[in-house]
Amino acid sequence: MKKEIKKLDEVTIRFAGDSGDGMQLTGSQFSDTTALFGNDLITLPDYPAEIRAPAGTLYGVSGFQLRFSSQDTNTPGDHPDVLVAMNPAALKKNQKDLLPGATIIVNQDAFDLRNIRSAGYNVNPLEDNSLDGFKLFKIPISSLTANALADSSLTVKEVARCKNFFALGLMYWMFNRPLEPTLKWINKKFKKVPALAEANTKVLNAGYYYGENTEIFETRYTVSPANLPKGTYRNISGNEALALGCVTASLKSGVPLFLGSYPITPASEILHQLSTYKNFGVKTFQAEDEIAGITSAIGASFGGYLALTTTSGPGMALKTEALGLAVMTELPLVIINVQRGGPSTGLPTKTEQSDLLQAFYGRNGEAPIPVIAASTPGNCFEMAFEAFRISTKYMTPVILLSDGYIANGAEPWLIPDESSIPELSVKFRTEKEGFAPYMRDENLARPWVVPGTPGLEHRIGGLEKANITGNVSHDPDNHHMMCELRAKKVKNIENDIPETEVFGEEKGDILVLGWGGTYGAIRDAVIRAQKEGLSVSQVHLHHINPFPKNLGNILKNFKKIIVPELNLGQLSKILRIEFLIPVESFCKVKGLPFTAVEIYSKISSMSGGKK
Amino acid sequence: MTTNTEIKYTAKDFASDQDVRWCPGCGDYSILAQVQRTFPDIGVPKEKIVIISGIGCSSRFTYYMDTFGMHGIHGRAPAIAGGLKIARPDLSVWVAAGDGDLLSIGGNHFIHTCRKNIDLKILLFNNRIYGLTKGQYSPTSEKGKITKSSPYGSVDYPFNPLSLALGAGATFIARSIDRNPKHMQEMIKKAADHKGTSFVEIFQNCNIFNDGAYDHLSSKDTKDDAVLVLEHGKPMIFGSQRNKGIILNGTKPQVVNIDEGNYSINDILVHSETDDNPFLSYLLTYLSENPDYPTPIGVFRNVLRPTCDEEIQNQINYITEVNGKGTLKELFHNTTTWTVE
Repeated sequence: MKKEIKKLDEVTIRFAGDSGDGMQLTGSQFSDTTALFGNDLITLPDYPAEIRAPAGTLYGVSGFQLRFSSQDTNTPGDHPDVLVAMNPAALKKNQKDLLPGATIIVNQDAFDLRNIRSAGYNVNPLEDNSLDGFKLFKIPISSLTANALADSSLTVKEVARCKNFFALGLMYWMFNRPLEPTLKWINKKFKKVPALAEANTKVLNAGYYYGENTEIFETRYTVSPANLPKGTYRNISGNEALALGCVTASLKSGVPLFLGSYPITPASEILHQLSTYKNFGVKTFQAEDEIAGITSAIGASFGGYLALTTTSGPGMALKTEALGLAVMTELPLVIINVQRGGPSTGLPTKTEQSDLLQAFYGRNGEAPIPVIAASTPGNCFEMAFEAFRISTKYMTPVILLSDGYIANGAEPWLIPDESSIPELSVKFRTEKEGFAPYMRDENLARPWVVPGTPGLEHRIGGLEKANITGNVSHDPDNHHMMCELRAKKVKNIENDIPETEVFGEEKGDILVLGWGGTYGAIRDAVIRAQKEGLSVSQVHLHHINPFPKNLGNILKNFKKIIVPELNLGQLSKILRIEFLIPVESFCKVKGLPFTAVEIYSKISSMSGGKK
Repeated sequence: MTTNTEIKYTAKDFASDQDVRWCPGCGDYSILAQVQRTFPDIGVPKEKIVIISGIGCSSRFTYYMDTFGMHGIHGRAPAIAGGLKIARPDLSVWVAAGDGDLLSIGGNHFIHTCRKNIDLKILLFNNRIYGLTKGQYSPTSEKGKITKSSPYGSVDYPFNPLSLALGAGATFIARSIDRNPKHMQEMIKKAADHKGTSFVEIFQNCNIFNDGAYDHLSSKDTKDDAVLVLEHGKPMIFGSQRNKGIILNGTKPQVVNIDEGNYSINDILVHSETDDNPFLSYLLTYLSENPDYPTPIGVFRNVLRPTCDEEIQNQINYITEVNGKGTLKELFHNTTTWTVE
């Protein structure tokens, strides 16, 4: 039976099922294979806060979306072309994101009365015509999996757990992907349990050949490799890239890395990653709490390490007082905040950008701290390196903002040429002559002198310091001057960061100004608007405190400035204060990233259809 | 720790150029003096000594010592010091903290430092009161204590710092008194020599807000009968006549007189710091809860376990030996890669 092969430019697939169904694994396997195949792609895992919520419930649904393309890809897609729903709850939760005509593949076996009720359906949605308008494929995935493993020694439970590989195999067939990368992965993963390796291999094949041999599917699709720049690639998530960037800063400076951290979603992955890099000299310390995470890092920094602490919103709140200590002691320290939905415990597994004002202002006293933000999973690598560059050069804590969306999302990453990464020059003062703890260099940075340096014994601390000597001082004029000095030191960093670039015309009707993980959605929206002839440009900020020096002038060149943010307008507030200009805030605080369409629609309505 | 035999220090070498600003008569002066007198003998070059403190009267200690030091934030000294020690196992890292700092706001860091056995030397300046905030009850104040924040008497039970440290797994636990300089010097020296978390509780008089809290343990008339000086391998004998001792009656300690014929010196409990079983140490930490029993000072416990900082370093050394030193190339390629031609 010869099946038709249709060529597509891009496809968005969402795998959805119970949180125990292995959807994250299925999605990441599909992503890895697709990357190896040569497509550009972006992924969006979306999982519940509960590890294993009661089976079949809406709040237990875990999803993994990816968009792969023969073109440059900036977002994981607005609307899935294909939804794989492993149970009724997965269907119910995700159907609203589909456009008419989308393909739905369901595990028909899971649509029993209990699951249908758990999902909140009154009648079986597969039988009441509510899915008319979609291409619905009802596949008994559980029983087909069981059939494939009829001879296996596995328990019924173990057999049931293999069903995600059936779905994966079927998707590989449908989108013309090779099985080999996943087969290789299975053999490696289950090396010590051959029965499981064999079972998953069988089921993966069964899914693939089900597509090939049954008459249910008439068409398969292919998406040609993207025209990516030459070089060697790997898939990388934002959290992986942060870990890599930090270790790279350590290797390029010759100064070992110390991480003090307390586990917190969605930042823990950085701790996991860094704890494997022992032969890179990385010391990781899983502290008793968030406060010990940052204060241990301050101790390590005093000892001459590149010091890092990683956290998310609630943890950031706990670190606040220690941030002030790092400001006052003028020690280098990098604080990574992988933002999630807040306030309080908020939405632990969902993305948000609502800690910007906290990063800017969230301390007692006049306590300026440079703030930078990563825009894509791959960009996390550069920003981690940049954080350490600023931190060590200016002897200051630096806050690096990421978010749950780019932390868990992944994309192909062009591995940089090692020689293209600059050396990080770090000086430890050992010279006794003329030393004073709070003397300053041309960058207003004080000297970094580590314990063990003979003759340079000195004390630092959280009490106000006398200029130069660093002795405790309550002198009013000294305090005023020190506050100004610390502010000036941070402000001066604007002379040492790249000017921001305008995507599109330098002058025009609308500037879309963003920061952080909204980059991809904004870029796609702006491209679309530009193609339609709208006068729209994009600026995306990586340095937020201080701002790039040319930002003020850029802002003057546009009639309207729109600032999309996953908060209630935090950057907008800062821009209004800093530049005294009107900006229009475009907010979304739903725990979800922007879709490109949302931003495009906003641009379109603001331009009033004027071309 | 490197032993430095070349440079001979004196107490003066450890005094910084800053004026000491504690209240005249404060017990902190004695602690500062004993530390400065002991440090020349601990065999560590002065540039390798770091003192970390939190907030409180005692935490100003850092500024008065001519070593490296950091005056941190309230309660966090053990965490700052822990990070430093893990990064730099070659340093001798000390924590100076008061009872409010270490046991109230910093209680979590204290117990976890003990649990992890990070090689820190922790000196608790226990005056059983908040001094710097001008006289509120502290986590070691006795129940019923009348202070500015407890005008009708504190309703809180106090911590027993030594049993807290013991329960948290500290490997070295000792106690001394500000008015017993020789004894304190000995305890500081032993704490310095111990590898692992060393915890020394020092009874310190606050002559402004809690004057006389330890008078019975230091005044000439009462101290011999009120204090039991623990010595490893020796029977627990005390009293002005050296005729009182501690025996164990079942699981209960009991004070007996060895001159009255019913008990001899051979019946008296012999102190052992190094018992793996912490039972005896526990018993001693609670001894003075009975007002008729003496308050023990000395080393309660002194056992060796691998420390957190050395184990972290050992893992790094081992993995580096097995896998070789990591390179950028290895870092970037530690997963599946593909090439676009």
